[in-house]
Amino acid sequence: MTGGNLILDAVGKEYRTAGAPVAAVQDFTLDVGAGELHVIVGPSGCGKSTLLGAVAGFTDITSGRIDLDEQLLCGPGRPTAGIGPDRVVVFQDSTLFPWLTVADNVGYGLVAQRRLSRRDAAGIARGRLQEVGLGDIAHSYPGELSSGVQRRVEILRALVMEPAVLLLDEPFRGMDAISRSAMHDALLQIYDKFAVTVLFITHDIEEAVYLGSRVTVMTTRPGRVKTTIDIDLDRPRDRGIITAPHFRELVGEVSDAVRDEARRAFDVGEREMVR
Amino acid sequence: MSALSSETIPLTAPSSAGISPKPRRRRVLSPALPLALLGLGLFVGCWYLTVDVLALPRFRGIPGPTEVIREWVSPDPAYGTSIFTLSYYAHIWASVRRVAIAFTAALFTGIPLGLLLGWSSRFRQYAFPVFELIRPIPILAWVPLAMLMFHTREGSVIFLTYMAAFYAVTLNTLLGVHSIDQNLIRAARCLGAGPTTVLRTVVIPGSLPYIFTGLQIGMGVAWFSLVAGEMIAGQFGLGYLINASYTTTRYPTIVIAMITLGLVGFASSALIRFVGSRLMAYRARSIGS
Repeated sequence: MTGGNLILDAVGKEYRTAGAPVAAVQDFTLDVGAGELHVIVGPSGCGKSTLLGAVAGFTDITSGRIDLDEQLLCGPGRPTAGIGPDRVVVFQDSTLFPWLTVADNVGYGLVAQRRLSRRDAAGIARGRLQEVGLGDIAHSYPGELSSGVQRRVEILRALVMEPAVLLLDEPFRGMDAISRSAMHDALLQIYDKFAVTVLFITHDIEEAVYLGSRVTVMTTRPGRVKTTIDIDLDRPRDRGIITAPHFRELVGEVSDAVRDEARRAFDVGEREMVR
Repeated sequence: MSALSSETIPLTAPSSAGISPKPRRRRVLSPALPLALLGLGLFVGCWYLTVDVLALPRFRGIPGPTEVIREWVSPDPAYGTSIFTLSYYAHIWASVRRVAIAFTAALFTGIPLGLLLGWSSRFRQYAFPVFELIRPIPILAWVPLAMLMFHTREGSVIFLTYMAAFYAVTLNTLLGVHSIDQNLIRAARCLGAGPTTVLRTVVIPGSLPYIFTGLQIGMGVAWFSLVAGEMIAGQFGLGYLINASYTTTRYPTIVIAMITLGLVGFASSALIRFVGSRLMAYRARSIGS
């Protein structure tokens, strides 16, 4: 699918609590170009997942607006455009359906949308799986697979829907370092093949730089854009660049921005603990 | 119950033709079978020892295993009931039929109600308090009302059996719906599934493990209530046989009826387990199960 230009304009989200309303996100502006892999990093609780939920259609926002290809997705007091299938989320924990085979999982959206029969959808799914070297697990159940393979299947399941935007919410969190780096390359392989807009949320700075076209660092709550850094590394990328001086420079730049905020988040946490 | 194949998931999608799963064969007999037989032998041995050999005072009125087994397989039973008498099967059939009707009714009312309670929070707010207030009432307390409602003994016994199974099935289905990871539902919606599709393809298959737990429990309490109902208001059936044999001092027949209840109850549970394992074949093939 062409398109996938995602614009967040002065987005804010306040949660009502017993006392004063708490601002999770404030005045967040971001323009993600079509086909860009945009990474958002920030300390815990900075509202990254709130933003992603707003784009996905799970939560509303209290100010600003979000547009996808010049179509309003959501604004304050206005109904959201709903959930999917032009924006598909891949969550932190596997959401593959354990009772469906891998092929049926990958074809799920095509059947749910009544675009295809189950048999045709599974056929397309098997083709997609073959393209990324997962053809021989088409008949397995998710429970039979390692978490890394489950992740790849899940990303593929999202991409089969040809979404305008793929939303990844810390998808590799909790994986060991070796599977993680394998996953990075698998994601880049899929990304290069499908040329889809990706919004990727993570804690991991090296991951952000290795994957991203641009990296946005968020401030501590309320979450704002602290800075956006262009990652001017050529694609396709491979693990070799990790030791390159320019890669280290970019990592350092992102780290510096994150460190300030992490410290501030820690101090805020301390103060809340004392109180 | 050997070929556990993925073709048995009818609740999720109509047909898996074209996707032939790797055949997997599992052993029916578990290696624990010899141990189970040993335990059974020990149990009967204790019974034999306490009643027939030692004749302990407490067990003086109890029929021993030799007497029971001899009576059970006798072509000409002294107390009128053995595997060669037609009335034995008439009693079994009466009980099985009642449980089958009551259980089927519980299945077809309990599962939809449980799904509705779990799915719609509005409906739950109306209905669940009533449900929770009625549920603690012991089944036996329903006997008089059951008699008033159904007039026939048959109807009231089936009603009591149904009530017991219905609660177990409904409640476990509700728990099953609540056990589903919210992100699974979100993922389905992201992929373009509407509410009814989510219900059909995520909520029902996702609740299935709990639903089958509910069916297991429901089958157990169904037999329990059936026997209680038959003892009070029966005309046939194994519970009636136990009670009638007691009043007419045909003690070996009591034990025959008890053992038969155990066997039939075990068979009905095994049937549910079998259907469940066929429907949820994926669980047998998942890592760590």
